[in-house]
Amino acid sequence: MVSRKIEILVGFFVSLGILALIMLALNVANAGIGANGETYILKAKFENIGSLKIRSPIKVGGVVVGRVAKIALDKNDYLPVVDMEISTDYSHFSETTAVNILTSGILGEQYLGLNPGVLVNNAGTDDDELNDLFGQEELKLLADGDFITDTKSALVLEELIGQFLFNQGGE
Amino acid sequence: MIGFWQKLGKATLARFSSIGRATALLIGALFNVPNIKKGTPLLIKQLYSVGFLSLIIIVVSGLFIGMVLALQGYTVLQGYGAEGSLGPLVALSLLRELGPVVTGLLFAGRAGSALTAEIGLMKATEQLSSLEMMAVDPLKRIIAPRFWAGMISMPLLALIFSAVGILGAHLVGVDWLGVDTGSFWSIMQAQVSFEKDILNGIVKTLVFAFVITWIALYRGYDCIPTSEGISEATTKTVVQSSLAVLGFDFVLTAVMFSS
Repeated sequence: MVSRKIEILVGFFVSLGILALIMLALNVANAGIGANGETYILKAKFENIGSLKIRSPIKVGGVVVGRVAKIALDKNDYLPVVDMEISTDYSHFSETTAVNILTSGILGEQYLGLNPGVLVNNAGTDDDELNDLFGQEELKLLADGDFITDTKSALVLEELIGQFLFNQGGE
Repeated sequence: MIGFWQKLGKATLARFSSIGRATALLIGALFNVPNIKKGTPLLIKQLYSVGFLSLIIIVVSGLFIGMVLALQGYTVLQGYGAEGSLGPLVALSLLRELGPVVTGLLFAGRAGSALTAEIGLMKATEQLSSLEMMAVDPLKRIIAPRFWAGMISMPLLALIFSAVGILGAHLVGVDWLGVDTGSFWSIMQAQVSFEKDILNGIVKTLVFAFVITWIALYRGYDCIPTSEGISEATTKTVVQSSLAVLGFDFVLTAVMFSS
């Protein structure tokens, strides 16, 4: 009675609808960061991450180099630890690297700004000079899973105002 | 004066008997004991003509509406440096309003009018009376499968519409205008809730599907069996179901999203 073709097309229609529901329900997007897909993880501990979210961009001088992979609370000191997934294209950050939580625009979303600090050249020509300057033997490169220690938390407006009022009161 | 009373009374009686016939039709279609073996092929055939054949217009309109939303939203949001909020803007407007409503309007125009015309012509060519002569209930054989096909297709079409619209917005917003893809999706995910937005949207489409299919079937089943009658019934279907969709949308939105 009903031809096979019609049955197949109806099946296609129904599965398309269910697929749309699944896509909407999960809103999954594979937000790769482009170029080569290989990444490594750096961690950083903050006092306050503000409204930073998973998959927020990580930028160096405005250029996206990676994304936030995971945000979790450290069970010992109750401070948020952010896992940063950074493209292996940018793999020589030294241990002087600083990371700040910044906001794009007044109402914009928050992102992580990496400040590379002292760069370590792979070639190693200027190293002696720099090392003399810092009085160190050698600057270490950050490897997969290392913590960035120099962090600055998100600015929380209420705290800023509170601080301002407190200072005013003190004078 | 008497003439006026008579006219008013006639109009009122006609309106009520029309509502009564429509309800009888609905009850006949809904509460018939379904015959799974015979009913399923009929339902599949209707799902094909009501659902699958509406797919192209739904996908194309969804794509373009998503793209336009992204383009318009971007120009405004950019002024505040809040392009990242493009994702939730598009997703929420599609899931809550545009998905159900535009799908409803398109569905009324594409499928509702076809249903009315088909049943109207069946009536005009006395196919419905022939069925009754053969002791086949036309409500069960003709109306019920079309009704359930509408109820099943509409939510699926609306979901496809919203999904394609969001992809279209992604196409314009991210690939063309350069909104960050990570914030597009992550802020969207943070703002869109499954129960509040997606499920409420589905409830809306179910209500619209019910109203549109009911109006379309009733208008066809109750039409004057002439060419003019069918044309008038088709027009009435599109006009009334479109207005009903917009009216119910306001009521449902007020109930669901205002708190």
